[in-house]
Amino acid sequence: MEIVNAAFFDHFMDPRNVGVLEDPDGKGKGGDPSCGDWLVIMIKVREEVISDIRFQCRGCSAAIATSSVTTELAKGKSVAEAREITAEEIEKGVGGLPEEKKHCSLLGVTALNAALDDYLYGKGKKKA
Amino acid sequence: MKEKNEQTPRVYFDHNATTYMRKEIIELMMPYFGEKYGNPSSLHFFGQEGRAALDKARAQVAALIGADPEEILFTSGGTESDNLAIQGTVRKNRDRVKRPHIITSSIEHPAVLRTCQALEKEGSEVTYLPCDRQGIVDIRRLEEIIRPETVLVSLMLANNETGVIQPVEDAARITRKLGVPLHVDGIQGVGKIPVDVSALGVDMLSISPHKFYGPKGVGALYRKRGTGLAAVYSGGHHEVGLRPGTENVPAIVGFGEACRITALRLEQEMKQIGDLRDRLEKGIRERVEDILLNGAGKRRVPNTCCVTVRRIEGEALVLNLSVLGFAISSGSACASGESRPSHVLIAMGLDPVDAQSTLRISLGIGNTVGDVEAFLEVLPEVVQRLRKLSPI
Repeated sequence: MEIVNAAFFDHFMDPRNVGVLEDPDGKGKGGDPSCGDWLVIMIKVREEVISDIRFQCRGCSAAIATSSVTTELAKGKSVAEAREITAEEIEKGVGGLPEEKKHCSLLGVTALNAALDDYLYGKGKKKA
Repeated sequence: MKEKNEQTPRVYFDHNATTYMRKEIIELMMPYFGEKYGNPSSLHFFGQEGRAALDKARAQVAALIGADPEEILFTSGGTESDNLAIQGTVRKNRDRVKRPHIITSSIEHPAVLRTCQALEKEGSEVTYLPCDRQGIVDIRRLEEIIRPETVLVSLMLANNETGVIQPVEDAARITRKLGVPLHVDGIQGVGKIPVDVSALGVDMLSISPHKFYGPKGVGALYRKRGTGLAAVYSGGHHEVGLRPGTENVPAIVGFGEACRITALRLEQEMKQIGDLRDRLEKGIRERVEDILLNGAGKRRVPNTCCVTVRRIEGEALVLNLSVLGFAISSGSACASGESRPSHVLIAMGLDPVDAQSTLRISLGIGNTVGDVEAFLEVLPEVVQRLRKLSPI
């Protein structure tokens, strides 16, 4: 694998929004612990806007970097806008990915949408 | 976390992937790129110069492993040597045996495994011997598995990921008794431990000098006198017709010199590397929790450390350490880039997630105590950072 761009290393070495949220409004998972990549995203929602977001990831460098980008893209967006975040946007945020790592950017989309689902329909649903 | 800057070290801990070349070897090779460019097959004095260099190198390679010079075939590298031994044996037996049978192990390098798999598609049968938790191939059933159609047994001398030395001598006792040739992939063993082909009792042995401070793009297959083998591709009479193609003289000269120097210094250099490896493993044990040192209780080549750092993905750890100036590998260099965990670690019975959390640190003669100490300073911080990221 060849990753040489600065944005990628920045997000890999210094990922944003790492950790957990107390009492999150939504929590979503992506990946599969038994196959290696495993992402958990937690969100706080205030007036339909993602006011805070945190992630935890056990995965390769690309999984970590794209998870970080996902949280940056989502923070401050409305729930509806956050739904529109695509794997391509996430990939762009790390300056592109080699072919065999492209699937990593889907991890963020999956976990973020799961967190949004959890906020809207799941057990995390609350506070109208 | 330290940032990359001018102070970033450049420490190479990936000598099982390849080594640098000793300076004296490079110097010795240089004239053969330049003024001594003759083709060893030519009768004139230019050719004779090349022929003499080839003969000398052949004797040097033979001497390192206790063989006769006529038993050394030069190839383009370890992969070709493995292919020639396995495919060439099957070819040689094609008329005699309808469905040739090969016995190998589940922890071989892809150069052997994929060659066997390709032959399976062409009608050969292959039995893959399992290995135990420590990474040692289980040869207890070898004798009963061998049958009249068995044309070859192929086992590695030392595993590239764990460094664990395989029971080749014991296998040879069985194959010799039953008259089946034994090929040994010696690529990770020769140059790191003393190897004597007669003592081991092998019929063929693959060697690659870029694992012991010699050049890339050249290798050898030791073929015991009388061992049946057919060429894999067609061409001229080079290497007694078994490996056609004009010889890579500069690389072969370097190969010979690497063997000569290794024969002189092996014992002392490997003692030094073994001490460094012990220091490294002791340090890792003391400073990082929740780790596994794979194969550590068994006889290994002295330079290799295979460590599972649980709850972290190996690739992330490798890349993070690379940013900080340490070059190591996760699993085998050939297997990384693919997301599948190492077949060797899986065959050893590691959980697939643990297999993905495994590093291969392979030391070399240029490494110092300072390199190991610097690594032991950095490793706990990196592990802590990545584990803090993990939800597991």
